[in-house]
Amino acid sequence: MSAIFEVQNLKRAFGGLTVTNDVSLAMAAGDRVALIGPNGAGKTTFVNLVTGNLTPDSGDVLIGGESVTRTNAIGRVRRGLVRSFQVTRLFQEMTPAEHVALAVLQRDGRAGRMFGHFLTMPEVMAEVIELLGKLGLRELMHRRVSEIAYGQQRLLEIAVALALKPKVLLLDEPAAGVPQSDTGLIEKALADLPADLAVLMIEHDMDLVFRFAKRVIVLAAGTIIFDGSPSEVTKDPRVREAYLGSYANASHAA
Amino acid sequence: MTMVTMNDALEGSHRKGRKFGRDLAGLAVILGLAVVGYLLFPNNLALLTRMTAIALLVLSLDLVTGYCGVATLGHAALFGSGAYAAGIAAVHFGLTDPLLMLGCGILGGALAGLVCGLVILRAHGLPQLVLSIALIHLFHEFANKASSWTGGSDGLAGIAPDPLLGYFEFDLWGRTAYVFGIVLLAGVFTLLRRIVRSPFGMLCRGIKEDPIRIRAMGASPKLALMKMYAISGAVAGTGGALNAISTQVVGLDSLSFTLSAESLVMLVLGGTGSLFGALTGTIVFMFFEDIVSAANPFHWLTMVGVLLVAVVLFAPKGLYGTVVGLAMRWREARR
Repeated sequence: MSAIFEVQNLKRAFGGLTVTNDVSLAMAAGDRVALIGPNGAGKTTFVNLVTGNLTPDSGDVLIGGESVTRTNAIGRVRRGLVRSFQVTRLFQEMTPAEHVALAVLQRDGRAGRMFGHFLTMPEVMAEVIELLGKLGLRELMHRRVSEIAYGQQRLLEIAVALALKPKVLLLDEPAAGVPQSDTGLIEKALADLPADLAVLMIEHDMDLVFRFAKRVIVLAAGTIIFDGSPSEVTKDPRVREAYLGSYANASHAA
Repeated sequence: MTMVTMNDALEGSHRKGRKFGRDLAGLAVILGLAVVGYLLFPNNLALLTRMTAIALLVLSLDLVTGYCGVATLGHAALFGSGAYAAGIAAVHFGLTDPLLMLGCGILGGALAGLVCGLVILRAHGLPQLVLSIALIHLFHEFANKASSWTGGSDGLAGIAPDPLLGYFEFDLWGRTAYVFGIVLLAGVFTLLRRIVRSPFGMLCRGIKEDPIRIRAMGASPKLALMKMYAISGAVAGTGGALNAISTQVVGLDSLSFTLSAESLVMLVLGGTGSLFGALTGTIVFMFFEDIVSAANPFHWLTMVGVLLVAVVLFAPKGLYGTVVGLAMRWREARR
């Protein structure tokens, strides 16, 4: 299968510090990949480079085989690269229905329409109801976001991303800040993501990573030190060292 | 920046029939107040017409400040540009048909809106406010210096509009101008109600809350805000043109910082992010100004100041917003 999303030799330095150093990866439709790495590994910078909020010093980002390195963040979204945020960025005064409707309308190029109301647009509402229903937010669709629980806000974040019908979905710590009791909801939502969607998840919660990902990429000090199956990642000495320092592999000597 | 958009808080999710009902109710309120004003102050229609023109300015300000979260203290630039465009069309180009003058005013206001938008939207927060103040002073100075066109500090006089639709003379009592103004206000209000509820209006409210989120949805906040600025300019230009047609003179005060600041005060007084709030603020402020300045010409501004402080401290959502909030709480309590 050809790559729907590709990063080639991406490099970015701030001053003298190289934060992303020669990172390459490729994903096919339907891939479930987790990107992990210790604090300061350069995950945030990588996300910003990929989404177009930062320009790389060198390297390429491709969506569907087409280079988007020179395309700005908005253009990349329109080509099917959508992200969710680590800290929810939702409109507190608006309802879940409005969020999803806005995303649907924007995707169809109708968000600039100056007449009508989405509640009276049957095709928009059908999609809103279907999507919110799938994520268990149907009952809350007309409540204000400020009134709904954080775990549900995280689900709405996913709903907004899905409403844009992405080809590649970048999930930035989808379970961050969600109380333990609600992580099940997030996990279920992740399991139900469209099968043909390529998903790259950045996550700290290892349980979630192991349950979700078919492939794990470990980033440390700006470079990929591991790219393989979840079952092998914990055995890899370099990964252990990156997370635990040199104690990890020397411990048996003590 | 979480000023509540009262309309939507109230309307929330509810059915379209109710919304249509509120449209009609809004229209009925405007027309009802217009009739009451006409009956109560038959000799002071000039004030009521000025109030209508200013209401258009405050509505226009509400579009960018209340709905989009743009901070500006220079919004009279759009109003004044509309007024001068209509006045110059009449005096220098002989376009004395009131509807043509109105068209020129709308165009002038929209153009000024685009120019102001281009400059103001480059910054955020305090720098944005400073840019807007700089702009209104530039517009003012420009009008002052281009005195061969604008009459400078003497004002642009000699505007003599033809009868409206070739039939209704602009009479000495200001009846035609008043009715013309009310029809314009009612029309603009209805149009704006549609726009703020439309997908575009929703997009703008999203931008106000979080432009980064909007970008992540693939929409350009800048583009939407520029559009809104042009619409806002057209609305303010309508008010300016109405003022030029009804008073038959355009003064530099229509392009002043004072008028800009006052319109913001009126908006905050009534409640931002709501078209009804904008109207309420204008009516209350201007009546207050008229009554109090007649009763106490020396200290009326102090009293306006006290009123504003009281509103900001005790009713931060503005007069209309507070009333709506109370009504909502009452309704929830009854449920």
